[in-house]
Order: sequence, then C-alpha cells, then structure tokens
Amino acid sequence: MSTRAQIRMLPDGCRLHMHDGPIDLIVEAFGEAREINAAYNAASSRFVQVLDELCAELIFLRSPARQNGPLPTGPIARRMAEAVKPYAAHIFITPMASVAGAVAEEILAAMTSNARLSKAYVNDGGDIALHLANEETFVVGMVEGPDRASLFGTTTIRYGDLIRGIATSGWRGRSFSLGIADAVTVLAETAAMADAAATVIANAVDMPEHHGIGRVRACELAPDSDLGERMVTQSVPELSQREIGIALERGLDVAKRLEASGLIRAAALNLQGEMRILGSERCAPSENISRLLWSPAHA
Amino acid sequence: MADDAIRCDACPVLCYIKPGRIGSCDRYGNADGQLVRLDPHVVLERAVSRGETVVPFLEKSREWSGALVSGEETFVTAIGAGTTYPDYKPAPFIISSEVAGVDMVTVVTEGIFSYCGVKLKIDTDRHLGAECSIVRSQGEAVGHVTTNEYGSQMLSLGGVRHLTGGTRHEGTATCDALLNLCNRKAVELKIDDGATVVVQADKAPIVDGVQEERMRVGCGSATIGMFAKQWFGKVDDVVVVDDHITGVLSEHQAGKLLGVPETGIKLKGRRSTPGRYFRVAEPGTSWGGTNIDDPLSILAPFDREVARPGMRLLMVSTTGEHFAYFELDDDLHPKERQLPEVLRESVARIRENCEPALCTVLFMGGAGGSLRAGVTENPVKLTHSVRDALTRVTCGGAPVYVWPGGGITIMADVSRMPEDAFGYVPTPALVAPIEFTLKLSDYATLGGYMDHVRPLGSIQRDADTRRRLGARPDNPWPLAEKIK
Repeated sequence: MSTRAQIRMLPDGCRLHMHDGPIDLIVEAFGEAREINAAYNAASSRFVQVLDELCAELIFLRSPARQNGPLPTGPIARRMAEAVKPYAAHIFITPMASVAGAVAEEILAAMTSNARLSKAYVNDGGDIALHLANEETFVVGMVEGPDRASLFGTTTIRYGDLIRGIATSGWRGRSFSLGIADAVTVLAETAAMADAAATVIANAVDMPEHHGIGRVRACELAPDSDLGERMVTQSVPELSQREIGIALERGLDVAKRLEASGLIRAAALNLQGEMRILGSERCAPSENISRLLWSPAHA
Repeated sequence: MADDAIRCDACPVLCYIKPGRIGSCDRYGNADGQLVRLDPHVVLERAVSRGETVVPFLEKSREWSGALVSGEETFVTAIGAGTTYPDYKPAPFIISSEVAGVDMVTVVTEGIFSYCGVKLKIDTDRHLGAECSIVRSQGEAVGHVTTNEYGSQMLSLGGVRHLTGGTRHEGTATCDALLNLCNRKAVELKIDDGATVVVQADKAPIVDGVQEERMRVGCGSATIGMFAKQWFGKVDDVVVVDDHITGVLSEHQAGKLLGVPETGIKLKGRRSTPGRYFRVAEPGTSWGGTNIDDPLSILAPFDREVARPGMRLLMVSTTGEHFAYFELDDDLHPKERQLPEVLRESVARIRENCEPALCTVLFMGGAGGSLRAGVTENPVKLTHSVRDALTRVTCGGAPVYVWPGGGITIMADVSRMPEDAFGYVPTPALVAPIEFTLKLSDYATLGGYMDHVRPLGSIQRDADTRRRLGARPDNPWPLAEKIK
C-alpha cells in the first residue's frame, strides 16, 4: 500500500481529491450521505493500491499491445489491455493509451460495488468514468483545449445511453500525441475505451506533409516513454483553413470507423478553432457549466 | 547514465528524466542533473513548510500536497509574472479561484516602482551617525539616518530623489542597494561622519567590522529598574552606562524603594531625574553606545562625606557586553577588582535578556500610479477598493501595511517574501511583486479586465515554468480569510 497517496475532501465538502505520483483524481458521488461516505471509503481503500499495482506491470503495459497476447494480472492492467486490444492488429498502441480511463473505471467500480449511489463520477485528469442510476443524467461540458476554460458545447448523458466514459486527448495535453489535434473528446461505453479511442483519433488528426510541425522522438524527451522512437508533436504552427480541414477529416474518418465498430459513441475534434463533431445530435450549445469541467486542471 | 538523465524516485513510476524535462507527474524535473520541484513563476502552496527556492525532493516530497485544485491551497504570486508595461495592458495574470464558495480574483503583476525605498531598522546601541547624516553605498548618497528607536537605529534609503533626482551614478547605486537589501543580500553602508555598517535582512548588523550580538535589554534607567532587586545587598551601587539614559542604582527610584543607601557617587553629564543621566559621554561604538572605553571616565570623584572605603561598585552596559567591578580604596578611588561570582550572574542575566540584534528591511513603495491600469480601466476605483478593504494587497504573498491617506503606499517586510522576489529596470527603478485579491463580483464592479480572468487551473498546465513554494506559516494566507 502506498504511503505517498494523498486523499482529502475538497473545500466544497462534496468532492474527494486523491493524488499519488502522476495520478490525480477528483471524485464525486451522489446519493444518501451514508452511501456517499461508504463510496468514498471504498474509493480511498482501492486508490492507495493503484500506483504500486500498475508499476508492478509497467514494462508489460508499456509494450505494444498484441491481439492474442498474454493478459496482465492486475485488474486495472486488464482493463487497459482489454481497451487497446481492438486496435492491436492495425496500429501501434500500448495499454498505456488507456491508463487514465482504466484507473477511473476501477475506482468507480469500487465505489458502486460498495454503495448505492444515484450517480457518481471519477475524473482522472479529464478522463472520466460515470455511473448513472435509472433516470439520472450528467451534463458534460467540453473545452477546446486545456488552456481555454470556455465551453464550446455541452452534452447530456442519460441512463439509457450506453455511455459511461469520457476522455480527451491532444498534443497540448499531459501525454505525448503523434497528431496535431488540440483536443479530441470521445464519449464511449467505458472510460478506458474512451481513453484509448481519444488517443487513436487525436493521433490521426495530422498533417505529416507539413514540415513546420515540431516533432521530436519521444525517447529524446522521456527516455522511458512507451512511444520509443516515434515522433511526438511539440509545436504546431498556424495552419491554413484548408490544412486544418484536411487534418480534421483524417481524424474524423478514423472516428467514423470506430463508431461503426462500436468502439465509441461520439467524438468532438478540435484543431485551431475548427471543430468536427461525430454524433452531433448529442451536443447542444453551451449553457450549463458542468462541475466536471471545473474540477480538473489537466486534460 | 551517459545522457545525463536522472531517475526520479518520488513515486514508483521511476521516470527517467532528461535534463530540462519533467516527469510524468508534471511536478518533478531534472534541473542540471538535480531532481527538483520547481520553477520561476512563484505559486505559493499553503503547506506546512517554510518556502525554499527549490524544494529538493527527498526532504519535502512526503508533505507535497498534490494537485493544485483550489484557491484555498494555492496562491499565484506576482514574482516572475512579468509586468503590464506600458501599463494599460491587463496584468499578466488575473486568476480566479473559488474560496469557500466565493469566486475570488487575484490580479498579479510585477510593478515597476520609481517611488520606492526601504526602511531599515538596525538593532544596535552603537552610534552609527548623527540624525540626517547621509548614508552612502558605493560612495553615492542613497539615503539618510533617521530616528533612533528603542534599541535600534533607523535608516531611510532610496526614494525617488535618490533614484531619479541625482546623478546617474547615484540612481544606479541606490537601485543596487535597494535591490540587494530587498532580496535579503548584504549591503555595506557608510554613514557620513559615522560608522560603516553591513546590513542584511534577518542578520545581525556588522558595525565597523564588529558583528552586533544583541539588542540592549533596555535603556540604562530601565535596566536599573529591571535588575535592582537582583543587585540589592550584593553590591553598594550600580551604574548602567548608556549613551541615552545612564542609570545609577542608589539614586534611582528603584533603589530608593528598596532602601539602597546613598554612596556619594557622582556622574558627569546632565541629570534628568534622580538616578537618570543624559549625555554622560559622546555617542560611539563602545560601552552602551558611547565612545568611552574606560567607564571611570564618566565618574566624578565620590562625595567624601558619604562614600567610605570598601564600597562595591558595578558598572555595566545595557547589553551586558561591557562590565567592570570596582572597590573604593582608602582614598575613595575606585580600584578594579575581579567580578564576584554573585554579580557575574546578574551580568549574565542582562545578556540573556537581550534579544539577538537583527536588521530588518521594510520595502516601501507607491502602487497608486499607472500599474493600477493593469488591474482596471478605471484606476481610482482600485485605490478606493483598497482603501475600503475590499481588495487585499500582498507582495509575493506577504502581508503589507497600506498607509492611510491617498494613494496605495505600502510597506512589506522583505523577510516574509520568497527569496529573490525583487528585480530592477535600468531606469533605474525597482521591480516588486504586487497582488491584488478581491471578490470576482467586486472586480467586475471596479471595471476589471473580466475577459482576461483565467481560472487557477489554467495556470497549473505549464507547470514547468512555475516555481512552487511552501507558503510561510506565519503569513496570513492571502486568500484565506473572507474579504469584507
């Protein structure tokens, strides 16, 4: 068990903040006070094991996923491997592409299996796992990028929607990206699936023929990156409308294929102020500022 | 390793971090081969520890409070924030954060202060120079000697006249002295017809090459009052030598009340009230801030009607640093003898009761000018808001005293600010951090740059350009208490 982990209530008295190494979670549960308490206790007990558990299999989790390869042992690692498996035959991807979503899912699962909650979320740096009881909804806002807090749209997630995961990826975010999207937000069945898909789509929003884009080998920036020699985006110059359009369409093509195969439900792709939305019936103009967006600081 | 990368062991991820890069947590980095948590723009963490420039990870990592999520935990200072020059630009950081349900906004900027200086309090009894004497640094006039306070000499340095009103050299020397003093570095000051003193915030002054140890326990008269009982019966008379008010036990009210008999002692100088003498000698850097090395030089011959051979006399300075013990011989001349054990204790007691001598540096500046335009389009409203205590002013997160009356003239103790909080521009002028914190709604009312307000969270993104410091526990948290 980790003694590094820090767990505390946020000053609003409602949300739980948990931090350990690179993991930073904001958790909120809704329901009777007793149940919320039980949920937070369960979340805390599970959380203190998470980082050590993941690090025990870090080498495996940083290796390329294989379609029929061996499975890791830890429950979170299994969620990660499961989420990236559909991509393994087609592209380079490692289970790390879904680590944030998988952690969020695992903590949420610990909460819902120990308490009766009307709804709950676990926000792992913008990758969010949701729980909804019958009739409940979440209003989710979306931002263009981590440095811009203004919402460009909101979407309502209902019990009946098969959406329990939200994730965002982009080159400006905390993890490396192979593409140039400022932010790709994905709604999917699970948080780990959303996380993996957001990574894949954000990588696909690209313009390899543009030489002004700053790219550096991942290992040069972080020697132990799972991306190894792959070129990751470090800067993107101002692009023409035509270039933005081409790059976004490339991402959108991938998103459509993922939607068709059931890997995602909806996606919003952002690049330099332009946006493409898949499943646009989901997105309404910005109205409510959801708490979800104000809680985390990172993408 | 060959490529200078280092292994971070702050958590089990064990990131391998290259020089100049940060780990996967965004919180630890490799700065020239050192694992540090950092960087230049100072964000105060409301943590248990007193802030250090860069926190080496092993020492403090376990206290690290995790992500910066709330204004109750994180305060963005103006140090390293940049300035609004040429003034009408909105301040570089206008940060909103939620504190106990109230949206607060902090406008941070590094102000360029042409009207500024420092007030120095130097704990010493030694005479540094006459009031109004010029204080020099690098040979240039940078300020003057002002009042002598209880146990301390005050100096006033800087101000617009030295910064911009004199020669180029004078301005540069003044700016240099102010910058160093404010950044808590040592500065040598030479006072015309007085002493040379090395001054550094929070350190003992060094007067003419001698480090001051302690502050006087009180003036000579007060020392008599404090220790009369301890001397009673162990010695016939005591003189506490002090440049301002020298005290004499047998004549002092304290001695009278105890029933100390007269000794026939006679002092030079001007008697103020019984047992209290002014100007027993000239000011200096020796006994009790006088110029004497021989304490007997302040005594006139004893009254032969009263004094008798064998009488015991203790002479001591207000810090206990100087002392001598005498017994009257048959001709009633005081002869120095070894200090008896019973009196040694009382001299030690005086010393024990003296606080360590320190220099303290208060930065003083006027923020009532154009930097207000970086906060609001309607500058006078900011002044009014500060005046009405709706807006809290801090310097690098440290509390300030706002002078009553017009303008925003502030004083701040540089020792309560993070290190190296000040800079300069060659104008010359000092660059000092200043933060204005107020309710978001009040900020809107006073014509603030609402479209430049950024949530606290947005600041955390570029973690590698921020320096995170633990807030000093003795400073009030800038965002903590409700603002009116």
